[in-house]
Amino acid sequence: MPNSPSHAAITATGLRKSFGDHSVLDGIDFHVPEGTIFSLLGPNGAGKTTVVRILSTLLRPDGGEARVGGHDVAREPDAVRAAIGVTGQFSAVDDLLTGEENMILMADLHHLGRREGRRRAADLLARFDLVEAAKQRPATYSGGMRRRLDLAMGLVGNPRIVFLDEPTTGLDPRSRRTMWRIVRDLVAGGVTIFLTTQYLEEADQLADRVALLDRGRLVAEGTPGELKRRVPGGHVRLAFADADALETAVRTLDGAARDDDALTLRVPTDGSVGSLKAVLDRLDDRSLAVDGLSLHTPDLDDVFLALTGRPDSGKVELR
Amino acid sequence: MNFLTLWANDSATMLRRNLRHIRRYPSLTLLLVGTPVVILLLFVYVFGGTLGAGLGGVSGGRAAYVDYVAPGIILLTVAGAVQGTAITVAMDTADGIIARFRSMAISRASVLTGHVLSSMIQCMLSVAIVVVVALLVGFRPTTGPAEWVGAIGIIAMVAWALTWLTVALGLVTKSVEAASNLPQPLILLPFFGSGFVPTDSMPTGLRWFAEYQPFTPIVETLRGLLLGTAIGDSALLSVAWCAAITLIGFVWARALYDRDLVR
Ligand SMILES: Nc1ncnc2c1ncn2[C@@H]1O[C@H](COP(=O)(O)OP(=O)(O)OP(=O)(O)O)[C@@H](O)[C@H]1O
Ligand SMILES: [Mg+2]
Repeated sequence: MPNSPSHAAITATGLRKSFGDHSVLDGIDFHVPEGTIFSLLGPNGAGKTTVVRILSTLLRPDGGEARVGGHDVAREPDAVRAAIGVTGQFSAVDDLLTGEENMILMADLHHLGRREGRRRAADLLARFDLVEAAKQRPATYSGGMRRRLDLAMGLVGNPRIVFLDEPTTGLDPRSRRTMWRIVRDLVAGGVTIFLTTQYLEEADQLADRVALLDRGRLVAEGTPGELKRRVPGGHVRLAFADADALETAVRTLDGAARDDDALTLRVPTDGSVGSLKAVLDRLDDRSLAVDGLSLHTPDLDDVFLALTGRPDSGKVELR
Repeated sequence: MNFLTLWANDSATMLRRNLRHIRRYPSLTLLLVGTPVVILLLFVYVFGGTLGAGLGGVSGGRAAYVDYVAPGIILLTVAGAVQGTAITVAMDTADGIIARFRSMAISRASVLTGHVLSSMIQCMLSVAIVVVVALLVGFRPTTGPAEWVGAIGIIAMVAWALTWLTVALGLVTKSVEAASNLPQPLILLPFFGSGFVPTDSMPTGLRWFAEYQPFTPIVETLRGLLLGTAIGDSALLSVAWCAAITLIGFVWARALYDRDLVR
């Protein structure tokens, strides 16, 4: 395709979208190389779903340009649709059909032919651990099963680019891990994944690149490692039995931040064993008993705090 | 694959899906057929004796009224059956499956075509059942097979027009509940026309409305075809009304389907 580097699966330039006079996206740029996982991270109402809807041709942007699989979403929507699989934030399964019938419906719409369609449906149902549930309607499914069916339906057409809008919201830790495994398997097969999430850990675990969406703009973009490096958030957290111990510790350790309510102390460290030992040795010199200790490497929570001036995401309602 | 084969293939897939829905959700069909049957029995056995006497014909009475009311009941069945369309379309939107279809490289028209075709089938089957019940309670059409074919054609034409209209109504509403309420006035129209009593028995304002609303010429045409009463320009008016409703419903439904998805 002209003017789109062949290695970019998705590019967005200056995307803008408002609903009425409420501006949701205010000029968004990013690109996603083929075969990688890109994660869009943001609190409720940040505009994640709006981005997914624009990229999957469900919504027209007010301004800017987006190319998916080498095609412009506004001018060649059908070419884009042929390249993508979408699993939206809200499930999109047919509740009156069984799991298997849902899959075969997708196969028919991809014109796979009867035999190939059935084969592919059975294949995916097995891969997503839905064989036993295949003959039942999704109404009887658990949240995790429903999500898996939803995702499996989006994969029937063998898409090269897959959109997942908050794929693990509401899933228990085990189902979440299953979903992560599925995502990793897809990427291993060369698929490009565009994933939105409210969970910092999830982006950290899965994504090659992460972008932080906040109030209609991308406030940061990079690998999880790069983002963490921008934020000096590593520290040891020491818990003490009483206020006296805390008081002594504060005088002993330089640059520590105290929390009188929790009786804890945050001591900055680079996370190395040496620096940790130095801290403990100084406490030992004073014969100070430490109740508990935890090592905290900077995570995306810290990134969020540093870049937006507000604590994380999931807990903040912006609506 | 060219545009037409794609459309035909995908519409067939959608039709299969919708027919499966009809089988899986029999209570809806039961309601759609049950309502006109109950109204038929009510009007024939409860009101029929009196209303039939009021028709002023030679035979009079209940037997005459069955014949008079049957075409109205048939149209009532059509008007009721297409409510099912609005409900199923709204259910698809609520399920989010419409959003999924729209993000796939399928024939865009096929989603709506599938709904229209399955709704037509459901509607014609409902009409067939209601006609059988009407025959059982004494409906005696007097005309030949050619007129029957014409009558079926008129019924199909009305069903086609109203189905497109209710597809649009199903798309425009925000919930399944609203979708089942919005087409409700359609059910009342046969009553405020010549479906149940002659319009000249009505007060002036209502009579004026009854004479100019679409169901009146349609009922008159159907009555003419089945019972040999005068049709006059009713047939032409019926075709014109149906063409207009189809056009409005089609254009509206397409526009609604193509607009940005809200949910
Ligand atoms: N169709 C619409 N009409 C009006 N406002 C809308 C519409 N869709 C989204 N919005 C608004 O746009 C903003 C962004 O919504 P969006 O769904 O993209 O956020 P999100 O990041 O996906 O949030 P969540 O984490 O809750 O899913 C919100 O303030 C929302 O109220
Ligand atoms: Mg969202």
